[in-house]
Amino acid sequence: MDAAVVLVARGMTKSFLGNTVLADVDVVLRPSEVHGLVGENGAGKSTLMKLLAGVYQPDSGTIELDGREVGFGHPVQAQRAGVSTVFQEFNLLPERTIAENVYLGREPRRLGLVDTGAMNRDTAELLAGLGITHLKPGTLVRQLSVAEQQVVEIAKAVSFDAKVIQMDEPTASLADHEVELLYSIIERLTGRGVAILYVSHRLKEVFDLCQTITILKDGRQVSSGPASELTEASLVRQMVGRPLTSYFPDKVPGTEVGEVRLSLQGAGNPYVDGVDLTVRAGEIVGLAGLQGSGRTELVEAVFGVHPFDRGSMTLDGKTVTVRSPRQGVRRRLALVTEDRKAKGLALNQSILDNALGVVRAVLPSRAGAARRELPGVLSSLEVSARGLDQEVQFLSGGNQQKVVLARWLSIEPRVVLMDEPTRGIDVGAKHAVYELMRQLAADGVAVLMVSSELPEVIGMSDRILVMRDGVLAGELPAGATEEQVLALATGAATEDGAA
Amino acid sequence: MTTTALPRAIPVHQGTTAQRALRAAITPGGGVFVLVAVLLVAVIWSNPNFGDPSFLIRFVGRTAALAIAAIGQYYVIVSGEFDLSMGAVIATQVVMAGNLIGQDEGRILPVMALMIAVGALIGFLNGVGTTLLKVPSFIVTLGMFLALGGLVKYLTGGAATGNPVDKFRQIGRGGIQDVPVVEVIPYSVIILVVVAVLGALLMRSSYGRSLLAVGDNPEAAAFAGTSVWWTKTWAFMLSSLAATIAGILLVGYAGVHPSVGQGYEFQAITAVVLGGVVLGGGRGWVLSAAAGAFALELLLALLTFRDVESTWRNTVQGTIIILAVAASARAWTLGRRPSGSSTGQVTGPPTAPAVDTPAQPSKQPPTRSGTDTGEH
Amino acid sequence: MSAVTTAPRTKGARRNRRRTAPLTSTQLVYVVLGLIVVVSALLTLTKDRNFFSQGNLWTIFTAMTVLGFIAIGQTLVILAGSLDLSVPYVASLTTLVAGGIMAGSDANVIRGVLTALAVAALIGLASGLIVTLLDVHGFIATLGVGLIISGYLASNYQGSTGQAAEDLKFFGVTGLGVMPYVAIFMFVAAGLVWAALRWTRWGHHLYAVGGNRAVARMSGVRTAYPVITAHVLCAVFAALAGLTLLSRTGIGSPTIGSQGRYDLFSIAAVVLGGTLLAGGKGSIVGTIGGVAIFAVLDNVMGVMGINPFLKDFVRGLIIVLAVAVYARRSIVRRPARFGHASALGSVLKEDA
Repeated sequence: MDAAVVLVARGMTKSFLGNTVLADVDVVLRPSEVHGLVGENGAGKSTLMKLLAGVYQPDSGTIELDGREVGFGHPVQAQRAGVSTVFQEFNLLPERTIAENVYLGREPRRLGLVDTGAMNRDTAELLAGLGITHLKPGTLVRQLSVAEQQVVEIAKAVSFDAKVIQMDEPTASLADHEVELLYSIIERLTGRGVAILYVSHRLKEVFDLCQTITILKDGRQVSSGPASELTEASLVRQMVGRPLTSYFPDKVPGTEVGEVRLSLQGAGNPYVDGVDLTVRAGEIVGLAGLQGSGRTELVEAVFGVHPFDRGSMTLDGKTVTVRSPRQGVRRRLALVTEDRKAKGLALNQSILDNALGVVRAVLPSRAGAARRELPGVLSSLEVSARGLDQEVQFLSGGNQQKVVLARWLSIEPRVVLMDEPTRGIDVGAKHAVYELMRQLAADGVAVLMVSSELPEVIGMSDRILVMRDGVLAGELPAGATEEQVLALATGAATEDGAA
Repeated sequence: MTTTALPRAIPVHQGTTAQRALRAAITPGGGVFVLVAVLLVAVIWSNPNFGDPSFLIRFVGRTAALAIAAIGQYYVIVSGEFDLSMGAVIATQVVMAGNLIGQDEGRILPVMALMIAVGALIGFLNGVGTTLLKVPSFIVTLGMFLALGGLVKYLTGGAATGNPVDKFRQIGRGGIQDVPVVEVIPYSVIILVVVAVLGALLMRSSYGRSLLAVGDNPEAAAFAGTSVWWTKTWAFMLSSLAATIAGILLVGYAGVHPSVGQGYEFQAITAVVLGGVVLGGGRGWVLSAAAGAFALELLLALLTFRDVESTWRNTVQGTIIILAVAASARAWTLGRRPSGSSTGQVTGPPTAPAVDTPAQPSKQPPTRSGTDTGEH
Repeated sequence: MSAVTTAPRTKGARRNRRRTAPLTSTQLVYVVLGLIVVVSALLTLTKDRNFFSQGNLWTIFTAMTVLGFIAIGQTLVILAGSLDLSVPYVASLTTLVAGGIMAGSDANVIRGVLTALAVAALIGLASGLIVTLLDVHGFIATLGVGLIISGYLASNYQGSTGQAAEDLKFFGVTGLGVMPYVAIFMFVAAGLVWAALRWTRWGHHLYAVGGNRAVARMSGVRTAYPVITAHVLCAVFAALAGLTLLSRTGIGSPTIGSQGRYDLFSIAAVVLGGTLLAGGKGSIVGTIGGVAIFAVLDNVMGVMGINPFLKDFVRGLIIVLAVAVYARRSIVRRPARFGHASALGSVLKEDA
């Protein structure tokens, strides 16, 4: 075991509002080493990073930097101590120059005035130290490409004399040759003794770059060891593999798969490409993939939020173009969005108003009937609330999600698109949602469900489509294993006969 | 974790009528009515004549124009915008009435129709500028204020030329005579009641609920298929129409001169804010906005009776606006603590180890930084 | 005000990225100004007058001064992500305070000026504190403050009072060549503010706070301080505008500020000059350009005998269109993966 370590985190535990998202995780970072952190969506990678970055504080556990225990109450403290983080969403000011962004808050001064000359020179040196010579420090950040902006973030990190640099999915938006640039920067950094914590779901990169790999699953550490002792397949196997439970309701007897309701041929827009898929009446099709693979963009495109600009879409056999959610609703499409608070509900309004929101906005002639049917719908969803006039912001997550579902049921949809339908809701509510999905299928509705929870995808889907980097990577039948799904999602090679 | 018993049907309203009334009274929207009552008592105590029914109803008649303007402004504010062009709209309508009707009674109806059309057009332009041109509404309406003011003065040569025929002025100034107890019911009161009832009904309609949703969360409303631009534009049109009606009333008792309606938009905004409507949209009741107008006028009357000059009107308004905005957004949730698991969720007790997949948090706790990746 | 990154150029276009936008906003303003000057000169010629005559240029510079002062202050406040609608009332108040103290006597000039500036600074401080401590947007806070002052003015001053000292009046009407001293003073002030924005930490932090408060806070910038100081300076500049008006009219007036509609016009000049209403981007240089555009337009419309009321119509229209155009230029788009993103479609998408 190498004696030189720069950062040791032990027993990292964090809960949010009663949910444990990280439990007792250890991680050891060594100078000049790239340490990979992998896990599927929701495993806790981001949370761990944010704990080390000072964005959150751990509920328990310790962090030692160079042998001394430290606590970061604010990201600035972490930066000053030498732990810098490059997040997926950059903390840059688009209208300021590279140099101004790098030195924000600590602009160098001479005779009381900001010394822009020194600032620019120092920035140029930092960039050169990373092997970048074509960027001028005086360029505005908004004129840079994503890869170049990332370089600025890294330069910022380096300017703090970082001993540890964390990178969260750094290649998510990069093209191939830009990835090479990142590799060379990382090489330089490790050459200078910096320790790098590399979070990514792109297993190829993880194996290219990392000497040590830590695998997280469901907030816990599965393993941590030299990369040489792992293969892509064994990695994937350790990322998943929970016993499936009979926790998912069975199909409603008499559910038949009927004609094709939704069909896409070669559909594409700026975010997804070449999508061919069909969903039939009575089917529940799962759409799996890692974060950023384009699943949300796909269902949003079908719904008309960001319409397809190539290929074609048919509904019930007729070719259609859906250019807005309003058109989508008129065609009896429903989209249960990913983030119910941001996109699904008007939080200050009542249950009644939210539940009738879509009908009133688009199909007012159905509003009366929907109003009469509402109590029954809410009952069957087992919504518990003090009154229909209660503001939805006071409901639990599960009840909120049920109100969202009620709102879409009121239009009697033919195709229901669901994006993470059970995210952030309790077990009981999840079950209610699953039963609803089964009932919808029994009623002849076509259901396309985006989900990051592999057990859910496998437990509920009649077929599983997997997306990767904006395209469909493949299709799996109902009996697929989590490993198979994840392998397609990450592009890893699999062994056959995985358990 | 399903309950084995059938769940009770959710009651339409929480609690009894009395409980609801009480809860409503402590919200800013309900509180304004209490405020009006308190102020009324205070005013009558300062000046007992005020309590005379005929005096009171004429006060209501004089305040009707502002209350109607407040109702119009309410629609815009509840959708998340501002209409700062009301004063110019009023001036326009007043000048049009003065110049186009003149002394010809037969012209009253056609000119009124024209005024309504012009009001609707102005509102339409305000709405389109805000939603399709994406210019912040206060700029659009300020620009409209300037452009309209200039255009009107240009077309009329800079001065409103005299009062329109008396019959027209009767709308604002006259009433049903020889009524017991109150002596007269001003037409303006009747118009106010009609507008208020229609306004309240509109808010209960599909459009009104959509408007609230748009103001509360425009993105969610868009995802629900609402045509956000049309909903907001309609609100601007209603606001300008309300200003038109207010203008017609003002011609009656204030006459036609250049400064009629000046600053009306700020008075209307003050009334709306006093009525507990949240700037930024999504919350508030239309009748509270109208009540806010009365609260404002009563407050000013009180100050007058206490020998504070009416020239302090603006100062009072400015103070009210700042305090009301600072307090109101928070005050709506005072005393209504969310149930224990409001913004988070409850994880059911794991019934078997196999089910123990930790539920993901519904939303990362808001980090003040831009680092929320949304999923971990 | 978002940390979302802007559309990256697709793979091929790396080399020429640095100057893709042909003109910065500031350059655009001056190009437009240049065009307007040329057109104005020609139009003036048709009336047998010389645009570039001593008298005409003097008039233009005089017109620029008052609005210029206010616009400089408004730029600071808007850069910080706030707004100031109380400027006309501060200007009016200043004329009265200074005029009242001076009472026509040269001995009281300094005292009058300093008191007026101090009063304005306090008003600005109040606005800044309301914005930061009470968490009320600048638009509302200064609307309220403006109304408060307006009521005070209406109650205590029935008409014009006070009298400027002769020295002040003299300063107001003399100058150097084509430029009045007050105009020179305004340009110098603009230059100083420009320098401060560029070369002090305060300036850098002002841009940061206005651009994205969360990012600024992440970097340890104290976010309240630049906002408060911006409001204070804005009020002080409004006071300077008031003093200029006083020097010209000779008396204090409670309505001179609101008559000039300096709130709307200063915002218009700032926006026209390329400063974003949302904050974080803009320049004093651009603002001065915007002020110049308005002054030249006013001048040529006057020479052409265009009805003054129609001028308002034109100005209102310009303001709305200018903001619309600039708003389009600053739409932030999500990075596209295939082909390029359409601008309009991204309206509905604002996720992380």
